[in-house]
Amino acid sequence: MSAPGHALGFDGLAMEFPGVRALDGVSFGVRGGSVHALLGENGAGKSTLLKILSGAYLPTAGTLCLEGDKKIFRSTAAAIAAGVAVIYQELHLVPEMTVAENLLLGRYPRRGAFLDRAALRTEAGRLLQLVGEDISPDARLGRLPLAQRQMVEIAKALGRGARVVAFDEPTSSLSEKETRRLFAIIRDLRVRGHAILYVTHRLDEVFELCDAATVLRDGRHVVTHDALAGVTRDTLVRSMVGRELTDIYNYRPRAHAPGGLEVRGLAGPGLREPVSFSVARGEITGFFGLVGAGRTELMRLLCGAVLPTAGEVRVHGRPVQGGSPRTAIRDGIVFCPEDRKKEGIISVRSVTENINLSARRKHLRAGLFLDPGWERTNATAQIARLGVRTASPATLIGLLSGGNQQKAILARWLSEPVRVVVLDEPTRGIDIGAKSEIYALIQALAAAGTSVVIVSSELPEVLGIADRVFVMREGVIAAEFTRAAASPEAVLHAALPATIAN
Amino acid sequence: MSRPPLPSSSAFTRVWDSAGMLLVLAGLFLLCSVGVDNFLTATNLRGLALAVSTIGMVACTMMLCLAAGDFDLSVGSVVAFAGVLGATVMNATGSVLAGTAAALASGALIGFVNGVFVARLGINALITTLASMQIVRGLGFIVSDGRAVGIRTDGFFALGNTAWLGVPVPVWLTVTCFVVFGVLLNLTIFGRSALAIGGNREAAHLAGVPVVRVKVVIFTLQGVVAAFAGLVLAARMTSGQPNTSLGFELEVISACVLGGVSLSGGVARLGAVVAGVLIMGLVQNAMNLLNIPPFYQYVARGCILLGAVMLDRLKHRN
Repeated sequence: MSAPGHALGFDGLAMEFPGVRALDGVSFGVRGGSVHALLGENGAGKSTLLKILSGAYLPTAGTLCLEGDKKIFRSTAAAIAAGVAVIYQELHLVPEMTVAENLLLGRYPRRGAFLDRAALRTEAGRLLQLVGEDISPDARLGRLPLAQRQMVEIAKALGRGARVVAFDEPTSSLSEKETRRLFAIIRDLRVRGHAILYVTHRLDEVFELCDAATVLRDGRHVVTHDALAGVTRDTLVRSMVGRELTDIYNYRPRAHAPGGLEVRGLAGPGLREPVSFSVARGEITGFFGLVGAGRTELMRLLCGAVLPTAGEVRVHGRPVQGGSPRTAIRDGIVFCPEDRKKEGIISVRSVTENINLSARRKHLRAGLFLDPGWERTNATAQIARLGVRTASPATLIGLLSGGNQQKAILARWLSEPVRVVVLDEPTRGIDIGAKSEIYALIQALAAAGTSVVIVSSELPEVLGIADRVFVMREGVIAAEFTRAAASPEAVLHAALPATIAN
Repeated sequence: MSRPPLPSSSAFTRVWDSAGMLLVLAGLFLLCSVGVDNFLTATNLRGLALAVSTIGMVACTMMLCLAAGDFDLSVGSVVAFAGVLGATVMNATGSVLAGTAAALASGALIGFVNGVFVARLGINALITTLASMQIVRGLGFIVSDGRAVGIRTDGFFALGNTAWLGVPVPVWLTVTCFVVFGVLLNLTIFGRSALAIGGNREAAHLAGVPVVRVKVVIFTLQGVVAAFAGLVLAARMTSGQPNTSLGFELEVISACVLGGVSLSGGVARLGAVVAGVLIMGLVQNAMNLLNIPPFYQYVARGCILLGAVMLDRLKHRN
């Protein structure tokens, strides 16, 4: 229940979409001057709750309380006016405008009918100081690294007088160092008395940063810990999934056979030196590295999204024609991109359409016409096999939760045997239950003889699932570890630039 | 921020989703049958069908184009140019076949060039086809010297002015287009690829959809079909007219939008597009029968388009 001492309270909040109850009587409170974690699997209702808080959704029932006053936001403008800011993963900034213009968007200082440029810069500088970031107000926003753009978003929220700040998985695209910086700012906000709601999937962050935690499951409030003393990782996980999860990776050794993927002297944009490595049939290799180490660039060369300048890729001994995803797929390499929304799903099409997008060309009638029977059967089978939670196969994929979208994208490639599968951050923004299912799936793939390449920024994930670990640093493969030799310390040490590591 | 469309479950919204425009069409038809004199006569309905036949043909390919996230403003000019070119070549050679082939080939070439500029070179479709719209209109005037080109080959008129089973040939041709492109959109990889590209170009590309090829083929088809529609129109008028079909591209796009095709791509249904085409034609026909002056008809058509879009928007809001 929300109590008078709470800066932000949720009181019996419910949200119903036709056929789906996204939130069901959720009540809890967030104290001013505290960081309150909001946890739950994908589909637990976290995003819906944030959208209600930001005024994007009107709840079916229940109210918000701000400093004891009951509120319902009918628009995002109303939420902003009431001092609530929600910082999403996808930032709401205009890349073509300068930092200062973004910071004061919608409330530019004026002199008569004209924009007061001097005042704009002064005020922007003051806001940037609040987040202690060394960013020029005149820099074009689109040129800044993601972490700094996030700081700009925070400064913008503070500039609008936000007393309640909600973060939606803010660290998912940040490096370790940038994460530290963000945490420092959040702690600073706490000291200044802001109420902070912090949505994350990373439990380590909860214990490091947060003072309290609330867990949602299937749209219901499970528990609120007003203090985290005595609360363990296991307690939280158990209340999130409603079952015990001892080892989410469930790694089993497999037999490998030579001749899967061979990469020799591959060169292209983002790689400082030509790269060579091989992945056996049935082997899972992990690529670890800091953000910007060249992993995504390497994978985009592999899958044909970018044309290599030199080098050779072979699958099962036969060369792969580069420079086009279509030929790469034909020659045996399939790719699940990192940015699901931008590069993975086709949100306005159904789950069925998305699943069948690539495999259907092998199931035509008279070599020309789609086979509606196969389309239906395959989609239904993949949905069942991967446990995609969707109202029906005809549901638009954009309406699914992130984890279920990811499973549907995986299903796109699993409708037929694949030789090499490249997964770029396959579990980013996905809850633990879905993660565990995806790990099982990856191992099943490998057991069937597929060579698997996984790119991940999460060290435990790489160590937990991979047979062999490659570490990339500044555009080269800096080290290679067998599973037995891959200790967290050794792998991390190899990933850090020399100047920081020493 | 924009709200995502919500899944709808009530019976009304489900019916509206799948057949909304067909219902509107049926309602309008009933209304006109009862309220407008001379509407429900064989002659009038034949005239109505003939009047929408040109838009109907081109709406098929425009639907594909919009589904893939592009659009094409050059179709009106291609209709005019193909008629003029076909007429000129027929008069020069005395051969219907040569004239038809020349017109269709020119349409294909224009569409292909549009496609290459848009898909291969990445020039915005609005700008590309705005340019080709003017270039092709100019070519039509150049070929005809700005005057209507009377066709002297009588055999050609059969394309426009004969009937089969009491229905004019152009209407049969339009129905054929509806069937062919309905199958293409719904039952072939090509159609699904167009929708996928319109829905998310980058995702489609990474999933192995040949984005550039599909787009070029769509624009080429669009050129061919527009040229064919131009020939049929020329046969109906027994001449190629360089001034015909001004503003035609907007009528075609309006019909598609009435038919629920998303301008941002990824969403298109042929049945609804057919309904959109017929609603446009029906309203026009009824206004003619009611003796509403043409100036007011423009206003009415624009209002109908806005109304339809608002209706669609409301559907997603509640």
